[in-house]
Amino acid sequence: MITIQNINKSFGEKHVLKNVSAHFNKGQCNFVIGASGSGKSVMMKCMVGLIEVDNGEISYGERDFVAMDYNQKKEIRQEIGMLFQGTALFDSLNVEDNIAFPLRMFTKMSQAEVIERVNFCLKRVNLENVNKLFPSSISGGMKKRVGIARAMALNPKYLFCDEPNSGLDPITSRLIDELIKEITLEYDITTIINTHDMKSLFEMGDNIVFIHKGEKWWEGRKDEIRSSGNAELLGFMKASEF
Amino acid sequence: MKFFEFIGQYILFLISLFSRPEKFSVFIKQTFVQMNSIGVGSFGIVSLISVFTGAVSTVHIGYQLVSGLVPDYIIGRIVRDSNILEFSPTVTCLVLAGKVGSSIASEIGTMKVTEQVDALEIMGVNSRNYLVLPKITAGIITIPLLVVYAMGLSLIGGAISGEMSGIISIEYFVKGLRSDFIPFSVMFAMIKSLTFAFIITSISSFHGYKTEGGALEVGQSSTKAVVFSCLGIIFFDYLISSVLLQR
Repeated sequence: MITIQNINKSFGEKHVLKNVSAHFNKGQCNFVIGASGSGKSVMMKCMVGLIEVDNGEISYGERDFVAMDYNQKKEIRQEIGMLFQGTALFDSLNVEDNIAFPLRMFTKMSQAEVIERVNFCLKRVNLENVNKLFPSSISGGMKKRVGIARAMALNPKYLFCDEPNSGLDPITSRLIDELIKEITLEYDITTIINTHDMKSLFEMGDNIVFIHKGEKWWEGRKDEIRSSGNAELLGFMKASEF
Repeated sequence: MKFFEFIGQYILFLISLFSRPEKFSVFIKQTFVQMNSIGVGSFGIVSLISVFTGAVSTVHIGYQLVSGLVPDYIIGRIVRDSNILEFSPTVTCLVLAGKVGSSIASEIGTMKVTEQVDALEIMGVNSRNYLVLPKITAGIITIPLLVVYAMGLSLIGGAISGEMSGIISIEYFVKGLRSDFIPFSVMFAMIKSLTFAFIITSISSFHGYKTEGGALEVGQSSTKAVVFSCLGIIFFDYLISSVLLQR
């Protein structure tokens, strides 16, 4: 489980996150929703340590992430997989080397074991025989799947997905959603998903956090949304045609 | 004020680079990849520029040295000293600042704006150490070697040009090359090229790493990398010459 408590983040005069607290449960797809510019991505980057919070607590289980030094954070990061909005695959490496990268960097696996793990991850995301292709020569949906395969290569305990459906057609979006849900349940991962996609939320969301103008306005289960009485949340849903 | 801020950021950037690589075998592999890119990839342009620099310096010196009191072989000696002390290290490194510097800045800048650097950090990799240290190491190994190669070719270019234009025969040119040779000149050129190699690779990486935004900013970082590398080279050229070349 990941817990954030009263985190604040400002960029100059702009207060982007204001006293945000939330819980993200293990073995569940935890959704963070909100309009563009509401602070979702900044919150995710704070949680993984790409941006330092001004104050507040971020706990991975019992471990206080904010108080850790660089090397301690590095250890936690090896338990984190992240699917970026633009996939962030390494252009200079082919699919196989992209997925093998964390294995070669942090394990003592032999070359044969690395390739076996890469093929397992690729098969798990329903991709085969793409090992030698470069990111520039595969489709957006395939890139997302390779991104998921790379994120799961080291058997992460925590999976962060920043807008996993952006730029994908509806059918591929659903495939990616199903894949994230399956992996979350199968490996009992704490998954956190930033999205605008309400369809994804209603299909696979367990715990939902609604961020509005840098503040947490609502937190609960998806079946509680309609009865939440939160005007901003209901307005957001209505604008998303739900 | 901005200048001091820049220097401060640059120093902090350098400090953050020098930590133990995550995996030494990966560091060695990356260094060889970069040596190929910086060294072998620059072979052609360095060859071309060196031959012509040597050729032009022979023509210029031959044109200016008209006194009957000065023997012709002095042309070879002046071409040797000017190429070893100044043209080969400085001109070669200025060219490499353009070629290698822009390539490094745009590569790292693109990785930055497409979140590839963030992806490295999320994995627990020290991205600065992983991306930049092999480039600096490769630069300080290959650029001095390219400068030595440039020295040789510039003297060959000078000899051929002297012979072809009738300014000086190859025999006299070689006599000039061998007269009063001071081995420290080569050491001096090596000190300069090592310094320039560090300047080119570190400043370009720094600008690449500072990139935020999109394609436009990557282009701007690339331009800044070249400009600042060239300024650094010229400044340290003067500094090193002032300190080491005293009568």
